Amino acid sequence: MKYIVCVKQVPDTSGKVAVKEDGTMDRSKMATIINPDDLNAVEAALTLKDKNPEAKVIVVSMGPPPAAKMMHELLAMGADEAVLVSGREFGGSDTFATSQILAGAIAHIGLEQDDIVFCGRQAIDGDTAQVGPQIAEKLDLPQVSYAADIEQEAGKLKVKRILEDGYMVIEAPTPCLITCIKELNQPRYMTVKGILEFDQKPYTVFDFETLKDEPLIELDTIGLKGSPTNVYKSFSPPVKGAGITVEPTAEGIGSMVSTLAAKHII
Amino acid sequence: MIFNEKYEMMRKLYREFAETEFTDELLDRLEETGEFDWEIFHKMAEYGFTGVKIPKEYGGQGGDSIAYALMVEEFARVSPVLSLYANTSNSLGAGPLLYCGTEEQKQKYLTPVAKGEKIMVFCLTEPGAGSDAGGTLTTAVEDGDYYVLNGRKTFVSGAPIADYAIVYAKTDPTQRGSRGISMFILDLKLPGVTIGKPEHKMGIIGYPTSDVVMDNVRVHKSDLLGPLHKGFSTAMKTLDGGRLGVAAQALGIAQGALEESITYAKERKQFGRPISNFQAISFMIAEMATEIEAARELVYSTAEKKDAGDPESSKLCAMAKFFSAEMANRVCYKAVQIFGGYGYIKEYKVEKFYRDARITSIYEGTSQVQQMVISGNLLR
Repeated sequence: MKYIVCVKQVPDTSGKVAVKEDGTMDRSKMATIINPDDLNAVEAALTLKDKNPEAKVIVVSMGPPPAAKMMHELLAMGADEAVLVSGREFGGSDTFATSQILAGAIAHIGLEQDDIVFCGRQAIDGDTAQVGPQIAEKLDLPQVSYAADIEQEAGKLKVKRILEDGYMVIEAPTPCLITCIKELNQPRYMTVKGILEFDQKPYTVFDFETLKDEPLIELDTIGLKGSPTNVYKSFSPPVKGAGITVEPTAEGIGSMVSTLAAKHII
Repeated sequence: MIFNEKYEMMRKLYREFAETEFTDELLDRLEETGEFDWEIFHKMAEYGFTGVKIPKEYGGQGGDSIAYALMVEEFARVSPVLSLYANTSNSLGAGPLLYCGTEEQKQKYLTPVAKGEKIMVFCLTEPGAGSDAGGTLTTAVEDGDYYVLNGRKTFVSGAPIADYAIVYAKTDPTQRGSRGISMFILDLKLPGVTIGKPEHKMGIIGYPTSDVVMDNVRVHKSDLLGPLHKGFSTAMKTLDGGRLGVAAQALGIAQGALEESITYAKERKQFGRPISNFQAISFMIAEMATEIEAARELVYSTAEKKDAGDPESSKLCAMAKFFSAEMANRVCYKAVQIFGGYGYIKEYKVEKFYRDARITSIYEGTSQVQQMVISGNLLR
């Protein structure tokens, strides 16, 4: 049994945003963190592994070589194996291209009957929430998004999905893909033993050569050139000033009207 | 010292744990009640912090002295008292067992201590024997398969919450000074053991300290630890490791106080500008940071040399503790000074750092005892 978790190293958006000339983010100039929702996905897999110790947790990420640091931390948390998908040909991929490559990488690892693929709901840099569902589509897997509770029974999963206006509990057969939200769990810390031993666990790099013959990957729709999305511009939005709250009373509304009038808005 | 990736990962782990789990609510509760918080202790145990420096075959994490010092430093940076929670098992508690426990003793006592299932403390100090540990009056007299222990140990950190204690007792009254002393593993539930009332302390509140009184306590011979009559040298070896821990604790306290001071100096305005713009304040911060950095290098390099078996490591551990503890007291004095009146108010963290720093130059050998150890090494 395998739990494959897709993770992404993202810029720490609490810091400053650096932008390249082509409008995409200059990730090399920004501090990085593990995408928060992806940590919930890792924890979901580790929690299930706690109950099924024979299961293997494999973390998969696409990114440049420095993403190794993040993979080491995930191994120190308890993941059993790490796969870094890394190659110049993959650089600049949008969600369409990325999900193809990740689906290809997962197919390359191989999916069996009881396996589950976990993703975070969305990454804090792009906020698209597209990659998880697109991977599921490409692998032709059932998908359950916004998981806030997961129970695994023989051959199927019971998942609670949290939506804006309520929640639903649904069943899905395995193998399937789940996207996780922060309400699902509290990610565990690394352990000292995990840190001391992470380099004894399997760590594999899938480069272009490894994946180029995967049928799920179309070579002309990967990388920056092959990505259908064109980034027009990236920028830090200007910080908005604090708003003024008025009481819904005649006096409050009167003061709001006079403020708006004084600023020549009305 | 330039750390490898693993030490950097450890620092990140310890810092994230402390910043997330040592909540203001928990710190206030410790300060108000003075009681040991089992919940956070169990959480530390769950992550293996109680056995950071204990070998894996005995349930520990298998870390080295730097892994241990980093943990104590990062925990103390947020809460000096909580840094003790995971410290004792790695230093004074497990030290003697690691140095001279038999395989059977290690399996029986070290493993549960490493996992945080049991707590073991260290009983050396007596009302009349502090810095002069050779003046020990507690006695152990052989009686068949047992030793009968009588005496009073004082200022035992963690005694009210402990399961076991390492006790030093005179077994050969004909030998003078520090000779003729032996070490015993004492089960604190044995008949004749009384735990005193927790002391009201100036700082490190939330980790109870009390007396341990032994009245005809029968300790089985299998719980004699190390060679008969030769326990004192093990005590000294254990104290080396303990001193490194106190040095790291002082380092963390000073770092915490510095960070508080920097934030405050930039926010607090007097005479129309932040007080950090005044040289009187900015130079204090420069001095604090420089002293901290010097102590940090001394602590890490001592940890590395101690593990490498450097023959000077006993002296270096004394130097690290002496310098780091005195440094922390100077830094916390300045931190309170930068905060002015607010630094004297309990709501501000520097008030607590100031009180907590004070113990670091006292326990596990005062600064003056460290100077005795250092000069004794130089002048022999």
